[in-house]
Amino acid sequence: MGKGETVKANNTNFLMKLVRNQCFIPLAALLLLVVINLVADPGFFKISLGYNAAGNPVLSGFLITILDSGSELAILAIGMTLVTAASGGQDISVGAAVAIAGSVLLRVLCGENSRPETLQAPIIVAFLVSCVVAMLFGAFNGVLVAYFKIQPMIATLILFTAGRSIAAWINNNELPVISDPSFKYYGEFIPGIPIPTPVFIAAICIIIIGIVLKVTNLRIYTQAVGINQSSSRLNGLNPALIKVLAFVILGLCVAVVGLIKVSRISSINYSVIAKDIEMDAILAVALGGNALSGGKFNMTASIIGAYVIQFLTTTLYKFQVQSDALPAYKAVVVIVLVVVSAPTVREYFSSLTKKLKLSKEVA
Amino acid sequence: MEDNIVLKMRNIHKIFPGVRALQGVDFTLRKGEIHALMGENGAGKSTLIKVLTGVYGKEEGEIFLEGNEGAVTIHSPQDAQKMGISTVYQEITLCPNLSVAENMFIGRTAGTVQNWKKMNTDTEKILQSLDIPAKPTQQLESCSIAVQQMIAIARAVDMDCKVLILDEPTSSLDEQEVAKLFKLMRDLRSRGVGIIFVTHFLDQVYEVCDRITVMRDGKLVGEYEIKDLPRVQLVSKMLGKELDDLSDIKGDQQAFKKEEGAVPVFEAENLASDAGIKPFDFHIDKGEVNGFTGLLGSGRSECVRAIFGADHVTSGSVKVKGKSVKISKPIDAMKNGIAYLPEDRKMDGIVGDLSVRDNIILAQQVLKGFFKPFSKAEANKVADEYIKLLNIKTASKDTPIKSLSGGNQQKVILARWLFTHPEYLILDEPTRGIDVGTKVDIQKLVLKLASEGMSVTFISSELDEMLRTCSRLVVMRDRKMVGELTGEDLNQKTVMSTIAGGDK
Repeated sequence: MGKGETVKANNTNFLMKLVRNQCFIPLAALLLLVVINLVADPGFFKISLGYNAAGNPVLSGFLITILDSGSELAILAIGMTLVTAASGGQDISVGAAVAIAGSVLLRVLCGENSRPETLQAPIIVAFLVSCVVAMLFGAFNGVLVAYFKIQPMIATLILFTAGRSIAAWINNNELPVISDPSFKYYGEFIPGIPIPTPVFIAAICIIIIGIVLKVTNLRIYTQAVGINQSSSRLNGLNPALIKVLAFVILGLCVAVVGLIKVSRISSINYSVIAKDIEMDAILAVALGGNALSGGKFNMTASIIGAYVIQFLTTTLYKFQVQSDALPAYKAVVVIVLVVVSAPTVREYFSSLTKKLKLSKEVA
Repeated sequence: MEDNIVLKMRNIHKIFPGVRALQGVDFTLRKGEIHALMGENGAGKSTLIKVLTGVYGKEEGEIFLEGNEGAVTIHSPQDAQKMGISTVYQEITLCPNLSVAENMFIGRTAGTVQNWKKMNTDTEKILQSLDIPAKPTQQLESCSIAVQQMIAIARAVDMDCKVLILDEPTSSLDEQEVAKLFKLMRDLRSRGVGIIFVTHFLDQVYEVCDRITVMRDGKLVGEYEIKDLPRVQLVSKMLGKELDDLSDIKGDQQAFKKEEGAVPVFEAENLASDAGIKPFDFHIDKGEVNGFTGLLGSGRSECVRAIFGADHVTSGSVKVKGKSVKISKPIDAMKNGIAYLPEDRKMDGIVGDLSVRDNIILAQQVLKGFFKPFSKAEANKVADEYIKLLNIKTASKDTPIKSLSGGNQQKVILARWLFTHPEYLILDEPTRGIDVGTKVDIQKLVLKLASEGMSVTFISSELDEMLRTCSRLVVMRDRKMVGELTGEDLNQKTVMSTIAGGDK
């Protein structure tokens, strides 16, 4: 065999591996979106440096928008992946929970007065309080699912229904507004740094979950419970506790998203904040090729999936699709992606590539 | 057809892919008799019942029913019901949230209009005539399981059933409820109903049945009058050992000698669980191999599950190496050096989608703790080691365990528990459904582990295997510990007569 042939064989091997990799579908989708945008208008990829109202240097452009507004989705995808894997179901209350977390945050910052001149508490304290609250709500969902054995979607329907009213009630249905400019740092820019802060927050979350998956047994425990509850119990695990843990981690993700969301506008709109974000988060998990029935999961693929969804949304905005019509376009893409990533279709393609390879060898 | 016969099945064959489930089975049911259908796991009892009730088709054979000219074909359970064959299962298949009367008549009324008053009075009559303590308007849920079962039977009787199949009806009943059920069965017998009674409680068979049909490995062993078949004979027929030619199996095991003054590795007193076993005492010494034996459903598995904390333990005290401990869940047992290979490999053993490597390290990983994961290199090393040690045939250690053969899956689970380096290893049916070569490997491994000082409890449906490996056998019958055999008593004859409850 010549040297060239070995390289070629290695190449096909590499290709096969790539196609089988769970990240292949979301990455391919990303590439497709990039190509479409390149063909339609290369200006899509232009990034320019300008100055914002406060006179600080900021980067702008569609790519920055995608990274910026995809942050919330990427963070929620982390928690949603774990919940899906452990419980075999999805949490549809995250949007409402974000409203609660954001509302708690503002309540602590504002104290009694809804338009304070100065912050009534340090932002970090307010954030920690909202973390605790969001994790408690996560635990509530988790307990319903794990101990009362309610279907995750039904269990979280409770908070989905009640969450936004609870959020409004926390602030006596007033709309608190924060005038302190430092509060804006978390959702916009830190003076002197031209990249939006949410990008960094998302990056930190991704790094943290990466480390957690590395230094703890979260991955194998969650997967074992999701795949076979009875046998994981006989291996000494407590399946219910692990399910609750997944929901609590999602709660933490919710609190972080709540901070970004309210910081972006220094206020809150109870009925609009993080609306429909739960569906996008679930979609990110599905797009990452993770089984929505639980079990094995690939965190990287979910996170890429989240950014793909944001890329798609931004592309559609760019093509001036009305925001009301957006879901319909998204739905078409979802159908295509879900069908392509379905195991039966993937098996068909892999057998097709094998056949091609065989016929090549014969030739 | 002779006068008193209601059902005749002749030369029934049924083939599942790769398995000949029924091979030329005959079965005859007479009017007004209670006929026990007996056999161990895989004997073909349920397949035969399912052929009779139209759940399965048959490859060959004929079924004759009283009142029908020639052989009948039963296409579906509805068909069977129309022809007068009704089945009552262990789990109630009625609607718990409907009233007793509604359950009695559901799916049986032809028109669209329901005469509720008539329905209730009719039900009242039936309940009274069969002496069933329930009201027509009562919700079914509010009746005890035994009464629900009786209502299911009453429904069958009211539908003019000639053949009533009771599939393990007594498993979840207490003694008084069983007595009531038997009264109802005798009552029906006197009315001329033919009853097929599937159970694995020997005492119950001898209490109410007239005749016994024994099956083994998909074949008919024989049909016997109850008075002609002593219990020990029945057991030997079910297990497939003729009493006359009981060869003495000489095991490789040494007679176990306890070290002077050594404390047992594990000791239990009055242990019982919610799985319905009677409280039992048990102990095992260092380096000993013992076993639980008994027929299917005798409570063998439930005992070891109670030891491991797999079922909810309701009473009893446990000592590990002389120290009192509390074992209420599997992790407690694991921390005390106990390992348990469960009977149901698919449901309780493997974690299907995970790789062979992850399946091997799982238990030890849990013991090590949440914050101390094995590095990939460590895990790979361990996996390689055990794949080689137990000769596990797998494409790689990354292969999902579900794509391995049954025997190799079993070896992976065994590897998982060996890796926890237990002092006391419980193996529940480790050799079921695996090839002969692997069986011998596992038996040898058990003896080797014991010689190295591990204590092993070994459960198997195959008596030969137990006699070959165990130096002490605990005998179970009807969820009770009924005997303990050692030394000279470890032979097939004694074991079987103990299982049967004396030479009756």
